[in-house]
Amino acid sequence: MADTAADMPTDIVGALRTPDGRPLKQALAQAERRARIRALVLVLPLLAFVLLTFIIPIGQMLSRSLLNDTFSANMPALTRWFDENPGAEPDEAAFEALVMDLRAAKEARTQGAVGTRINYEVPGTRSLFTKTARRADRIEPPYREAVLDVDKDWARRDLWAAMRSAAAPVTTNFYQAALDRKITPEGEFAFADKQSRIYITLFVRTFVLALAITGLCLVLGFPVAHLLAVLPMRKASLLLILVLLPFWTSLLVRTTSWMVLLQGQGVINDTLVALGVLGDENRLSLMYNQAGTIIAMTHILLPFMILPLYSVMKTIPPSYARAARSLGATSWTTFRRIYVPQTVPGIGAGAILVFILAVGYYITPALVGGATGTLISNQIAFHMQESLNWSLAAALATMLLAAVLVLYWVYDRIVGIDNMKLG
Amino acid sequence: MASTSGRDAFVEFERVQKSYDGETLVVKDLNLRIPKGEFLTMLGPSGSGKTTCLMMLAGFETATHGDIRLDGRPINHIPPHKRGIGMVFQNYALFPHMTIAENLSFPLEVRGMGKSEREGKIRRALDMVEMGGFEGRRPAQLSGGQQQRVALARALVFEPELVLMDEPLGALDKQLREKMQFEITHLAHNLGITTVYVTHDQTEALTMSDRVAVFNDGRIQQIAPPDELYESPQNSFVAQFIGENNTLEGTVKEIKGGVALVELDDGGVIDAKPVNVERPGERTLVSIRPERVEFNRERLQAGVHTLKAEVLEFIYMGDIFRTRLRVAGCDDFIIKTRNAPDQRRLQPGEQIEIGWLPEDCRALDLPAR
Ligand SMILES: Nc1ncnc2c1ncn2[C@@H]1O[C@H](COP(=O)(O)OP(=O)(O)O)[C@@H](O)[C@H]1O
Ligand SMILES: [Mg+2]
Repeated sequence: MADTAADMPTDIVGALRTPDGRPLKQALAQAERRARIRALVLVLPLLAFVLLTFIIPIGQMLSRSLLNDTFSANMPALTRWFDENPGAEPDEAAFEALVMDLRAAKEARTQGAVGTRINYEVPGTRSLFTKTARRADRIEPPYREAVLDVDKDWARRDLWAAMRSAAAPVTTNFYQAALDRKITPEGEFAFADKQSRIYITLFVRTFVLALAITGLCLVLGFPVAHLLAVLPMRKASLLLILVLLPFWTSLLVRTTSWMVLLQGQGVINDTLVALGVLGDENRLSLMYNQAGTIIAMTHILLPFMILPLYSVMKTIPPSYARAARSLGATSWTTFRRIYVPQTVPGIGAGAILVFILAVGYYITPALVGGATGTLISNQIAFHMQESLNWSLAAALATMLLAAVLVLYWVYDRIVGIDNMKLG
Repeated sequence: MASTSGRDAFVEFERVQKSYDGETLVVKDLNLRIPKGEFLTMLGPSGSGKTTCLMMLAGFETATHGDIRLDGRPINHIPPHKRGIGMVFQNYALFPHMTIAENLSFPLEVRGMGKSEREGKIRRALDMVEMGGFEGRRPAQLSGGQQQRVALARALVFEPELVLMDEPLGALDKQLREKMQFEITHLAHNLGITTVYVTHDQTEALTMSDRVAVFNDGRIQQIAPPDELYESPQNSFVAQFIGENNTLEGTVKEIKGGVALVELDDGGVIDAKPVNVERPGERTLVSIRPERVEFNRERLQAGVHTLKAEVLEFIYMGDIFRTRLRVAGCDDFIIKTRNAPDQRRLQPGEQIEIGWLPEDCRALDLPAR
């Protein structure tokens, strides 16, 4: 009588084999490989899509924030001189190279771009380039005197330092600017001029406002989500539709309607004045400041808090609360010690969703935020669309991304990402 | 047996009614008195209102009408957390974000007990259910049976006088369930606590309880100790719900000297004990337990009526034999005989005569169809 263990062929070391003699491990790996390949083929389109629309653009952004060859590509002779004479003061050869490059730039009509690039570092120097390029054909040696005759600003040391650093294709200049810093001609890392120090303030404001909005969403969303979870099915569906209603309205329409409500002559102020709560002369300024941004964005982001909370609360059986009550806990203790801890995955998911969306929000603060209520994204948009300083926009965006990733990491350490439930 | 007079009833339901929707009564006129220290089981099919009764007692549902008293005090207006009733839920309801020790500590903390006192009580409660050493685990790291024990310890750790259990063993496998049935009964008796236990499993009810209240359709059909319930069911629902039962329909011919003569629908005549039939001419359902049927002529009492039967099937079940007969036009009449050396095994096709003691055959109400 053969017992079952003896039916399974084994080799000398005792590894199991399939009936046709292949080692079991190998057969298993092969069987699983086929399933893996099939799974891979299924996700391939998505993978390609993500690569094209997400990974590559972000990579581009990262490289653009560090690489900028506007200067080195258009001013090759001067760039070579900088390479060959590290640390040297500009001499006759340097000015000759400058004139040659400006002549070529004039031909190629790139002097404006070069001027703009240097203008980022030393404000007010763009015209220097365009003016000198215009006259470059007529400049005769000795070049140094001739160029200084065109404009004596060409003797400025900070201008030459800026050109030297712009000549290197890899530069941290944009990150320095994004941190409100600069490297002085003496090589020190120092604060930029007072009037151009705006980004740190904006970063801080962005994170503080995003935190405030997240907190408000949690406070307002928690009871609603709880109500959704305990109401009978039909009433809950109706309430859920109300919660989702904002999603079906254009963001712009919603923001504009907030403007109608919040402005000085708006519905809220009019009502308060009509009720005699406020005097006509001290109407509340609810818009074009941080209050406007907080109110409108809390409303817009609320569903992102409510939905994950609701999906977690729905799965908490009422028997936990009953057990706690029967064990002698008041309803408040039950809520605090039994209910809330079990909603933590939902709180975590909702909070991080709202926070990340708030940090990157742009339309609403632009419309209702005014001067004190705009966020870092509005500056990024400004550099993308108006000043066309894409490298600075990229550096700011990269810092924003990095800050969010750091927060995400901190969050993981404190709450745990796997302790988060999004759906 | 404990007295059930009104004065020393520990838990008392008086004319309690409950409706969830204002249209149908889920509990209809419930009257129940449970003396201190009793293990009472509510037994009944799903939807018969058992959980509702328990929830009213625990304070999670309010009675639509009537009074519920605990130790003589009406509790209709006492919130659940002040009732001091231990509860074990079917899914255990152990708090998933707390360790076992924290779960047990919770009822003590909310009572403001000091740390050292708590630790002593937690250790004793866990030892009591043989779960010492599991303090640091989370509920999800325990097996179903272990969670069950912890839930029991948590319900007992604050020393309540009354413990409610709603189908606490429903999720366990058969073997574990039997072991836990035994342990719960022991614990309850040793600690002297009053227990109200809910189950739809009649074996569980019979093996564990001092008394069983059989629920159906929002009413208590019968409340009695297990043996009485099994041997003397008061109506056809109880007879059919508890244990296996053969039923035959017929009409009462006469009632004389505590014995009813019943004429079955196919013409056979039998003796039965009149339970809830009163006068001749009434339709009745007679009920007889499979193990009380006798087919051995020598052992049949002289003079009793017998019925002709044909053996249809013989099933060997180890300790017993189960034989299916055709009796009075009914194809699923079962008799059970013990597997003993002198026991005869009936052969399919055999013609036999069966009979029983009149007191084992009960003439009950014929339920409306
Ligand atoms: N919260 C509730 N709302 C409405 N109807 C309920 C509720 N709980 C129970 N019922 C109804 O009450 C009846 C009795 O239920 P229950 O007490 O849970 O029975 P059992 O525990 O005996 O199975 C059932 O018909 C059930 O549908
Ligand atoms: Mg139930």
